[in-house]
Amino acid sequence: MALLTLVEAVNLALREELERDPRVVVLGEDVGRKGGVFGATRGLQRDFGVLRVLDAPIAEIGIAGVAIGAAFAGLRPVAEFQFADYVHPAFDQIVNEAATISYRSNGEWCCPVVFRAPCGAGVHGGLYHSQSIEGYYAHVPGLKVVIPSNPADAKGLLKSAIRDDNPVLFLEHKASYRRERGEVPEGEHLVPLGVASLVRAGTHVTVVTYGTGVPWALQAADAVAAEGLSVEILDLRTVQPYDREAIARSVRKTSRVVIAHEANLAFGPGAELAAFIAGELFEWLDAPVVRVGARDCHVPYAEAQERAIVPSADELEAAIRQVMAY
Amino acid sequence: MASASTAGSPPSVRPIEAPQAVPSAPSGEELSLLAGWYRTMLLARAVDELMWIVGAQGKAHFILTSRGHEAAQIGSAAALRPGYDYVFTYYRSMAAALQLGVTAEEIFLSVLAKRDDPFAGGRQLPNHFSSRRLRLPTGSSSVATHLPHAAGAGYAARVLGEEWVAVAYFGDGATAKGDFHEALTFAGIWKLPVIFFCENNGYAISVPVELESPAPIYRKAEGYGMPGVRIDGCDPLATYRAMAQAVARARAGEGPTLIEAEVVRLVSHSNADDQSAYRSAEELAAAQARDPLPRLRARLLAAGLPAAALDEWAAAAWATAEDALARAQAAPDPDPRDARRHLFAE
Repeated sequence: MALLTLVEAVNLALREELERDPRVVVLGEDVGRKGGVFGATRGLQRDFGVLRVLDAPIAEIGIAGVAIGAAFAGLRPVAEFQFADYVHPAFDQIVNEAATISYRSNGEWCCPVVFRAPCGAGVHGGLYHSQSIEGYYAHVPGLKVVIPSNPADAKGLLKSAIRDDNPVLFLEHKASYRRERGEVPEGEHLVPLGVASLVRAGTHVTVVTYGTGVPWALQAADAVAAEGLSVEILDLRTVQPYDREAIARSVRKTSRVVIAHEANLAFGPGAELAAFIAGELFEWLDAPVVRVGARDCHVPYAEAQERAIVPSADELEAAIRQVMAY
Repeated sequence: MASASTAGSPPSVRPIEAPQAVPSAPSGEELSLLAGWYRTMLLARAVDELMWIVGAQGKAHFILTSRGHEAAQIGSAAALRPGYDYVFTYYRSMAAALQLGVTAEEIFLSVLAKRDDPFAGGRQLPNHFSSRRLRLPTGSSSVATHLPHAAGAGYAARVLGEEWVAVAYFGDGATAKGDFHEALTFAGIWKLPVIFFCENNGYAISVPVELESPAPIYRKAEGYGMPGVRIDGCDPLATYRAMAQAVARARAGEGPTLIEAEVVRLVSHSNADDQSAYRSAEELAAAQARDPLPRLRARLLAAGLPAAALDEWAAAAWATAEDALARAQAAPDPDPRDARRHLFAE
């Protein structure tokens, strides 16, 4: 076991996979000599060379497309986008190409590419360094969307994503990079995609969340514990495909749900989860499903304005009280 | 074999090469090649014409064409190693596909969206070629998106120490797309073993090339640190030689090449298009005059091949095409219950 930050866990997962499989490559802007603007690829080019850890030009269509083409020819590429906000130029390559390759070739070809990017707000990043993009991509059939909340899951999920023969969008909340620190198992620690994690068992209300929502949930749960409220926290880990069985087990147990994410509310991932819960678990519910998300706005740079838009542990705590009061 | 280049060293830019000169009388070996290519061109043309008949009969929804492009595709594809080199086709690449080993029956299975369509199981529009065996990665309907894929396959060769080249076939309109720019940027910087083969027929559906590219297409190569060559795409020996030269460069580690092959589009973009709306009768007549099939036929006759043999080849091509269509028509349709299969690799 090692005590690592989330970004160190990402770095370790990349290192281990690069060592283990000569077909794994990493490409992206500043990943090589600099080691990534957040240090996620620190030391990798020194040890694996300029070709396998490649400094790409500012060309996101090319970064995604070259990764896809390399995968056709037998590599297992990890394509990094400097910020989730800059995945969008590659939207066509990811949505129209990567996500369709297996389907459109009737299963003859596949696309084992991991598209990685730091996402999320709370770092004075403004509109273009703060976005949560999982909603757009979770809507695409044939693409998996994964967001770890802690270092151990970051390592285990990233290793699994790299070994998955399908395209995976792997989002790492940038504020969690150094804030989240925890025990990370050594060696072959693999966390399966599509399986949620029960972070904390509870009896009164379920918080369904992922990524930065998990620390919010832990803080909110501790705040209400004094009043005797027992909060169950489910970390989806994979946003798509999400673990329906785990959600169902939890809702049948608590009958009250708050869904929390940093992405905008309107047409956000919580809308899908709420529809699933309301549609499939209606008779177990004692209250309407409550969602916590950003207030349908771009993320402003000025600190007070950003706090007015982006959710927080306090807001999740208020939502828990709201659902309990119904 | 190329050694790993560092990003710090500037790429060496080779001078633009002059268009290839072609001798008028083929050597014995060349004659043999030309005869074989002519037979493939006849088959491509027969399949093409039969596809349009099938479309007009309402048995298929969307029909594309490679008429006028055959010499460019077949000559160039003949310079590759099928099943080793990675070939990224587009929807007009039918003649190249036949040259590389795709069969007429497979093409008709695709046209008729049959269950055993080997490209897509009926999921894609016709002529979206795909074959693992032949290393033809599946292509989409989007224009130019496969160019970065070709760069990626070239990158894979460098990483794995392999000798294959990656080829991307595309039209003149594709050179306007961002994917073209980014693919050539990657390939030029990293000296990837990629050949970008543009079949310039002067049109992107109805939009002339002057409205797609502000400069001659082969001249763009200089901006990407690679040689650019413009050739007569209606001469299969010219396209063969240009591709062979580019392949030799790439295998020797000297990097990518942009080839612009001037061809003609003899019929409309697809059966959903009517080119008489934007191409005059005079222009279409001029295009017909450049049809690579009668031109090659004349060349073979001039070289001494008997007309009866050429006529027999043409009849055989039609018989092959008709037989392939009949077998495809008898094949089963896809099962609706399989509509969601293969969304993920199993």
